[in-house]
Amino acid sequence: MNIYWESFKIFFKIGIFTLGGGYAMIPLIEEEVVNKKRWVSKDEMLDLIAIAQSCPGVFAINIAIFIGYKLKKERGAIATAAGTALPSFLIILAIAMFFSQFKDNPIVAAMFRGIRPAVVALIAVPTFNLGKRAELNKWTIWIPIVSALLIWLLGVSPIWIIIAAGIGGYLYGRFVYDENNGKEVTGV
Amino acid sequence: MIFFWLFVTFFEIGVFGFGGGYGMLSLIQNETVEHWHWLSSSEFTDIVAISQMTPGPIGINSATYCGYTAVKNAGFSMPMAVLGSATATFALVLPSLILMIIISKMFMRYMHTRSVTSVFQGLRPAVVGLLAAATLLLCTRENFSTPTENLWQFCISCLLFAASFYGVKVVKINPIRMIIYSAIAGLVLLY
Repeated sequence: MNIYWESFKIFFKIGIFTLGGGYAMIPLIEEEVVNKKRWVSKDEMLDLIAIAQSCPGVFAINIAIFIGYKLKKERGAIATAAGTALPSFLIILAIAMFFSQFKDNPIVAAMFRGIRPAVVALIAVPTFNLGKRAELNKWTIWIPIVSALLIWLLGVSPIWIIIAAGIGGYLYGRFVYDENNGKEVTGV
Repeated sequence: MIFFWLFVTFFEIGVFGFGGGYGMLSLIQNETVEHWHWLSSSEFTDIVAISQMTPGPIGINSATYCGYTAVKNAGFSMPMAVLGSATATFALVLPSLILMIIISKMFMRYMHTRSVTSVFQGLRPAVVGLLAAATLLLCTRENFSTPTENLWQFCISCLLFAASFYGVKVVKINPIRMIIYSAIAGLVLLY
């Protein structure tokens, strides 16, 4: 079987069957790509996960692109990315087309009145989880607070916050803090 | 023209969308609701709810839905809206495609250097701020109602917010299940 088609199909299947976002896809991707097909080794997979996590973009798509590229360069990457994105795209499109018809149905409307505050809570929870993972302390806690206030009250675009934080992190790492021995240094 | 801006916006979101699906949601929310007014904030929360309940990455789901709704809200026909969703989804994936290929080609070994890790170290706390801002920006009249407009709905909304937060954060209830519970609560209490 054509390898493009095969990799497309595998990622399409993974795309269909994972509820709950990108991280839920990892065990499935590992099962198919590491255990069954042996396209990448277990260690490589761990490396890919670490890199894909820190890079921007959709996590599952990033992983798919890495694996596709490793198999068959650019074309492979396009095949796996398309495979991962297509099921979601088609399912959501079908829902979007029909949802507008049900939206004004009083039963559906009542359900969504209940769902909306819950969704806001679903977005609030990862704020705290990520805060924990970012290991905020009294020296860094101001960063999320100031960022949030700038966006919320002054309408600053989050994109500027991202750019500023990236540059700030780089400068801090380069000129102030030496991670390896924890003392103040200048230069590399 | 809306197609061009959809493309630019979702390409930008793809470039700057750090911090997984939810980190990206804060960008999508800011661009599509606050900046472009393509969607209302309740439409946005509906989209998040639906993205959460359907298979696939949240980023792709919400880009597809936002693209569709934005074009539809602008008064175009359904085939144009389909094109809008394709534009948004493609634009979101394109930066990943470019970036991941560049990294695979030449930067794999630089990913663990100090310069790169320092950049990520700076990003991490900022992404927390982004999510906090998204949460605050979504606390709107459309999502919660107001005490003067409908006191009952406002109280129930706050209660559902608190219950969902507690349920997902502390009791570790699956988010999809939490959405279903709150839909039932909405049906019973807010019909």
